[in-house]
Amino acid sequence: MKNSSYGEAVNESVGKNTGSKRSFDNPRNAPYIFLMPALLFFLLFTGYPIVYSFILSLQQSEGNVTTFAGLDNYIRLFQDPIFYESLSNTLIILVLQVPIMLFFALILAVLMNSTMLKAKGFFRVAYFSPAVASLVSAAVIFLLLLNPDYGLINYLLSFIGIDKIGWLNHPVWAKISIVLVMIWRWTGYNMVILLAGMQNISNDLYEAARIDGAGKVRQFFSITIPQLKPVILFTAIVSTIGTLQLFDEPYNLTGGGPVNATTTITMYLYQNAFEYFDFEYASAIAYVVVVLIAVLSFIQFKLAGDDE
Amino acid sequence: MRVSGLQKTLFYTVLILLVLLTIGPYYWMLVGATNPTGNMLNTPPSFIPGDYFMENLRSLLSQIDIWRSLFNSAVTAVSFTFISGIICAAAGFAFAKYQFKGRNIIFALFLLSMMVPYQALVVPQFQLFASFNLLNSYTAIILPQIAYPFAIFLMRQNMQSIPTALIEAARIDGSSETGIFFKIVLPTMVPAIAAVSIFLFTHQWNNFLWPLITITTQDMYTLPVALATLAGLETVDYGVLMMGAAISVLPIFIAFLFLQRYFIAGIIGGSVKE
Repeated sequence: MKNSSYGEAVNESVGKNTGSKRSFDNPRNAPYIFLMPALLFFLLFTGYPIVYSFILSLQQSEGNVTTFAGLDNYIRLFQDPIFYESLSNTLIILVLQVPIMLFFALILAVLMNSTMLKAKGFFRVAYFSPAVASLVSAAVIFLLLLNPDYGLINYLLSFIGIDKIGWLNHPVWAKISIVLVMIWRWTGYNMVILLAGMQNISNDLYEAARIDGAGKVRQFFSITIPQLKPVILFTAIVSTIGTLQLFDEPYNLTGGGPVNATTTITMYLYQNAFEYFDFEYASAIAYVVVVLIAVLSFIQFKLAGDDE
Repeated sequence: MRVSGLQKTLFYTVLILLVLLTIGPYYWMLVGATNPTGNMLNTPPSFIPGDYFMENLRSLLSQIDIWRSLFNSAVTAVSFTFISGIICAAAGFAFAKYQFKGRNIIFALFLLSMMVPYQALVVPQFQLFASFNLLNSYTAIILPQIAYPFAIFLMRQNMQSIPTALIEAARIDGSSETGIFFKIVLPTMVPAIAAVSIFLFTHQWNNFLWPLITITTQDMYTLPVALATLAGLETVDYGVLMMGAAISVLPIFIAFLFLQRYFIAGIIGGSVKE
């Protein structure tokens, strides 16, 4: 409705302004003027790199000589055990982290949406606050909390009879540590998005359900979840993209160790590009991430039964 | 429907336990920053803030110039927010209130680029800045994400609510289009722009990978990079590390407490409606 009168409005005023002072600053040119800076920066720093890194991924360089290498980098990639390890590390963390976090975020959002709740603002701020810290500072704080010998978490676990866990230096626990930090950092963030979605669901639906005798649980599964589907899909896709790009936490918590157990694809890309200076190979890794994100997003759309 | 006292108690117990889980790590950071490392590594560790604040700060400063990093972070985050805010607001306005050739395609391109991982861009961007001789500069830190697609998207969503009649009236009064943008759109959109700006600011303040790549000298470190080098040292002094973390977290945490309404609006924006 808001949009219906654009064209006419613009055309009308073009007529009125004909021959007026500035010839470039009129409704016909204005959108291009407003868009120009964003578009220029976008093309330079996003468009060009997307294309260029693909070209780069098809090249090889030795010394100052760059040659076309076809799919050599990709072939090397698929024979590289560390690449497979970093890929599987990333996927394991993804499969653990995203569903658990979204589940908690959904529960939290339901609790926060409860009519029983007083001091909504306080709880919302408290749950959201981890999202304010940089990932580096979050990692650093958990470095202290997860210290295997002296960390608070192991100390507290000792009260319920659990022996010291080698959080950051055991291949499995190191992955779990990263998942824990990510859950701490992002659950409240997703809660807020889900909560906003819940508040957009019409109350009439719940009222009708109540009249039909549906209980709270039934209402949740028959109204809240289906109505919230696009928002859940949004959070799932954003979290998936975020997790596939995982870098800050493993870099600062475990340095990718022990023995590559927490090396993610992005860390491996970084190592190849900025430690071994093999930009071409790194670009091939980057393009594998691009394809992964495209495929996973597509699957999520399908699973959610894309209506759009 | 009546809620029993027991249910209510259970409900709040769960909620408050969860608050302890989310705020706890921040509290632990403060305890760590004000205690000698020894106290934190004792069994049992110290649970209350100590009086070792100045000592930890002094040894932090002997290892890294944290004030300089704080300054670098502030300069880059503020200029990024300002430039990106204007550029994204202008683009959002163009998308929201004008009909023009290529509108849908260009907008779709911006949205699609959100799916491309940042890492895929990093190598060419690095080479680009190297060829301009701009590595290790403020320009290098702030420029690559100036046209931030998500911010453009949020600006567009918000600017759709500007009444077209308002814009037309200004035209009839003889205002130019840029005049309309600066004198009408920006002033009426202050809350939305503030929300998106806070989002942009925290994004840049917390940015790690790109500054890590482009910054090579200590005097140009931003807070996350400075903190990462501290954490990467052979022997980690936790008191010093927590002091560094506190200095990088507290400014933004305090700002968040005051601005949380806008902060959260900046993140959900118009993105969940529809």
